[in-house]
Amino acid sequence: MQFFIEVLIGGLLSGVMYALVALGFVLIYKASGVFNFAQGAMVFFAALSFVGFQEVLPARFGMEAGSAAVFWLSFLLAFATMVVLGIATERIVLRPLVNQPPITLFMATIGLTYVVEGLAQMAWGANVRGLDLGIVDEPIAWLMDDYGIGVSKFDLFAAGAAASLVALLAALFQYTKVGRALRAVADDHQAALSIGIPLQTIWRVVWAVAGFVALVAGMIWGARNGVQFALTFTALKALPVLILGGFTSVPGAIVGGLIIGASEKLAEVYVGPLVGGGIEGWFPYMLALAFLLVRPEGLFGERHIDRV
Amino acid sequence: MLYREAGQFKSSYAEDGRIFPIRQDRIGFALLMLAFGVVVPLLANEYWLKAILTPVLIFSLAAIGLNILTGYAGQLSLGSAAFMAVGAFAAYNFILRVDGMPFLLALALAGLAAALVGVLFGLPSLRIKGFYLAVATLAAQFFIVWVLVKFPWFSNHSSSGVVTAQEVRILGYAFVSPEAKYVLTFAVVAVLALAAKNLVRSATGRAWMAVRDMDVAAQVIGFRLMRTKLLAFAVSSFYCGVAGALYAYTYIGTVEPEGFNLDLSFKILFMIIIGGVGSILGAFLGAAFIVLLPILLDNLVPALFGDALGAGFASNLQLIIFGGLIIFFLIVEPHGLARLWQIAKEKLRLWPFPH
Repeated sequence: MQFFIEVLIGGLLSGVMYALVALGFVLIYKASGVFNFAQGAMVFFAALSFVGFQEVLPARFGMEAGSAAVFWLSFLLAFATMVVLGIATERIVLRPLVNQPPITLFMATIGLTYVVEGLAQMAWGANVRGLDLGIVDEPIAWLMDDYGIGVSKFDLFAAGAAASLVALLAALFQYTKVGRALRAVADDHQAALSIGIPLQTIWRVVWAVAGFVALVAGMIWGARNGVQFALTFTALKALPVLILGGFTSVPGAIVGGLIIGASEKLAEVYVGPLVGGGIEGWFPYMLALAFLLVRPEGLFGERHIDRV
Repeated sequence: MLYREAGQFKSSYAEDGRIFPIRQDRIGFALLMLAFGVVVPLLANEYWLKAILTPVLIFSLAAIGLNILTGYAGQLSLGSAAFMAVGAFAAYNFILRVDGMPFLLALALAGLAAALVGVLFGLPSLRIKGFYLAVATLAAQFFIVWVLVKFPWFSNHSSSGVVTAQEVRILGYAFVSPEAKYVLTFAVVAVLALAAKNLVRSATGRAWMAVRDMDVAAQVIGFRLMRTKLLAFAVSSFYCGVAGALYAYTYIGTVEPEGFNLDLSFKILFMIIIGGVGSILGAFLGAAFIVLLPILLDNLVPALFGDALGAGFASNLQLIIFGGLIIFFLIVEPHGLARLWQIAKEKLRLWPFPH
């Protein structure tokens, strides 16, 4: 039983990390109807920029390595980079493709993935880098001693970061003028345009916010596994989360992430040995697929109504 | 001036229903077939046959398969490489385990095996639509490759999981030289492409297009959705499976399941997008474009910038150019190269007059 709980909690917490990446997808899909495959590459780019700035600032400008100032300045610079990337994407890729079918936009974002991956490695090099957030990846002592359940401090921190990010996004959507405009655009592009909401500004904001989410996700994933090219595959991990939760729902991304994370770990531990292991790669997809057969629009997705 | 249809009358339904109604097109097409079927294998060098022409043909076949599913029946799939893997490994096992299995029969059986798997993974399409379906097809991509890796029976217990394709032998003639392999590929692809062209012009093809444009409406006017969608999955996977078998037998020779990864699926998707969604010609143009572009960049980037940049920089630059070109093409001509060809033909008919 202890082991089961440990695996479950470990799975739930890793699910939070999937949810972080899925959030970026949901934001962009909601506001512009673009299925942004480049989100994984953006996570990679953001994390790489952050680490890169952390190296460059002490080396070039004589700032004290490892200080809080370097950390926050790197964070801001990486965020600024993501904003520039988002604006450039909106300007160069999306604007000329307005009114194209969704599959064309999707393909464009796959093209964008290559560009971002190339840019990231060209700017910062392809070496694997460590990223230290100052939180050690070790079990919490009192839980371990009293209940014999190992829960990593780092995972808890990641969960906390995800929770605060979601709270922040919810507040942004619910209580600010920009958030209202975002929701209007997500609801109906043309109606939003006709009452004077600047669509292009909103898209830029959305891409910038998605860049911010990518940065947070990239920092957490990077601290866990090192900042390396494999980060781009986080996008693939986020896709089943996305379809399970529904493309258009922020809570869906979180709940979907938790379900996928937990079931994936449990399946690997309890079912994996029966079939020879390595099922983590496809199990989330099969689970999501089986789930979609019951609810074709995901847990919280908008029900699709066909009108003839 | 030469490209005129004046004076060419259609006096029967058969003439009206031709693939090329204009005589100049028929002559041009016959010349093209003659060039690629006879002249090219006689003249082209080994590098061109092995590294460019054969893969272009094989990828065209896979792209036709995906085009049938995505372009005609409207079901977005990201798992085409997995169906190629099924085809490749099915052909390998049929030839390995059945004594005296004729190659062409093995090819057809490989296609059928892939079609069977395709129908299985097509079942969700009856309920799931759009991007949800696209992501669901990723399940096929990861699951099939995992099965092929995990169960060594498929690769005949080869320790590395890599299988070496057996010698291709038809009626006692061994297809060993690049020329022979190219001609074999060409023949198979030509026959299947013709079949595909006729299939999409038939009642089946019209049913697919009706489902693509709006499946509920198609159902209302009496198309059987399940039959139509599953048939599209079956035919599409058949083409991908045959392409996969050819990929193993006439192109690279040794295959492993991981070779049929998501990247390959995306490549095939790129081919139909760049070539033109819903066009058989587009599949060929797209495949040629996607196969040739990296080779061109390989040669062009060092020539333009020299070796000073280093290998890492050059490969990143190639990534950027490749991605950038895809975006560029989507922006400039979202309907693909096939549409450009169509526009060129219309202009040619009127030339030298503007209207």
